[in-house]
Amino acid sequence: MRLRAAMLAVMAMAAPAHTGDIAIDNFAFTAPAITVPAGTTVTWTNRDDVPHTVVSTDKAFKSPALDTDQTFSHTFATPGTFTYYCSLHPRMTGQIVVNP
Amino acid sequence: MANNDEHTTDRRGFLECMAWVGTGAVWTMAGGVLKGTPLEASPHRAAKGHGGLRFVQISDSHIGFDKPANTDVTATLREAIAKIKASPEPPSFVLHTGDLTHLSKPSEFDTLQQLLSELPVPVFYVPGEHDVLADDGKSFLQRYGKGTLGAGWHSFDKDGVHFIGLVNVVDLKAGGLGTLGRDQLEWLEKDVRHLKSSTPIVVFAHIPLWSVYPEWGWGTDDAAQALGYLKRFGSVSVLNGHIHQVMQKVEGHVSFHTAMSTAFPQPAPGMAPSPGPMKVEAERLRSLLGLSRVTFQAVNHPIAITDATLDT
Repeated sequence: MRLRAAMLAVMAMAAPAHTGDIAIDNFAFTAPAITVPAGTTVTWTNRDDVPHTVVSTDKAFKSPALDTDQTFSHTFATPGTFTYYCSLHPRMTGQIVVNP
Repeated sequence: MANNDEHTTDRRGFLECMAWVGTGAVWTMAGGVLKGTPLEASPHRAAKGHGGLRFVQISDSHIGFDKPANTDVTATLREAIAKIKASPEPPSFVLHTGDLTHLSKPSEFDTLQQLLSELPVPVFYVPGEHDVLADDGKSFLQRYGKGTLGAGWHSFDKDGVHFIGLVNVVDLKAGGLGTLGRDQLEWLEKDVRHLKSSTPIVVFAHIPLWSVYPEWGWGTDDAAQALGYLKRFGSVSVLNGHIHQVMQKVEGHVSFHTAMSTAFPQPAPGMAPSPGPMKVEAERLRSLLGLSRVTFQAVNHPIAITDATLDT
């Protein structure tokens, strides 16, 4: 429920011009570093048999625990570099560079 | 006093080897160092009924997990409980070294609690990362936090042995491993300060406190500091879970041991693309799940750890 509410909130905020998809597979973010224009909504999908999270190191965004095939989306409205990790398996890290 | 003489540090010279017999071996600790003995040749089998402190470690029950690696983790936990209850020498208590649940759901905690309430002895818990997925671990602490500090760390004494439950699964840092954190380390230092160096110490925590395989996150960043506080003790045993397989290591006076899961096996370090649940043939599953039985015949006598699979 929380996940769905978060996704609806994201969608209501902006109709994104761009999207990005990142799968979580074998305890790794399959696109560990991507560059997107501001306004892009990035969606993470957990393909593993164990839960993972997507948490930015500066706490700008934080997913609930994603079970198998669950997704989390975040819209990157402002430019900057966002580093994130799985708070359960912190060696899993990734980065989103948002261009103006 | 005779007992003390019998177990001077010279006994450390008795460390022979790290004998492995499948998943079943008895680990005897004399003077702080483990001695491996094949199960079949175990002198402790003959020592039945001699009293002493006995407890059982179970781990990684992952209630709520329903993927192909084991679609019925409730059934396998039930089998582990039945095994404990059927033992002719009942344990004084049970330690659960974390990942009670798979997703920290209240219903999962309820199921676990209901199953473990069948045990006629107390159960002591530390959380795994799967138990603190929601609400910063409040669901876990509501149930098991009584008498603990911080995220659930605590200590207690039983028959002259000092037990310390540590939590290394919260506030994990990007790129890092398990973490104990400053507050817990300070508490630990104080907790052991007034103990005699001859007091046997048993530390239990979810993620291994030794570097099993950092590439898979199987280690704890600030474990060295914790073990530093325990350096002066002649006998330290560290019991962990998390990696769903038996591993052991001896370092000076400290012996490390990880227990099997009751839910699903995980691959040996580096033997798969990731440490995720390992699917095996149905008939093999129960040979890879199980529990650990730990015995102190008496203070100053050896500790013995026996890993028992569900199919034995």
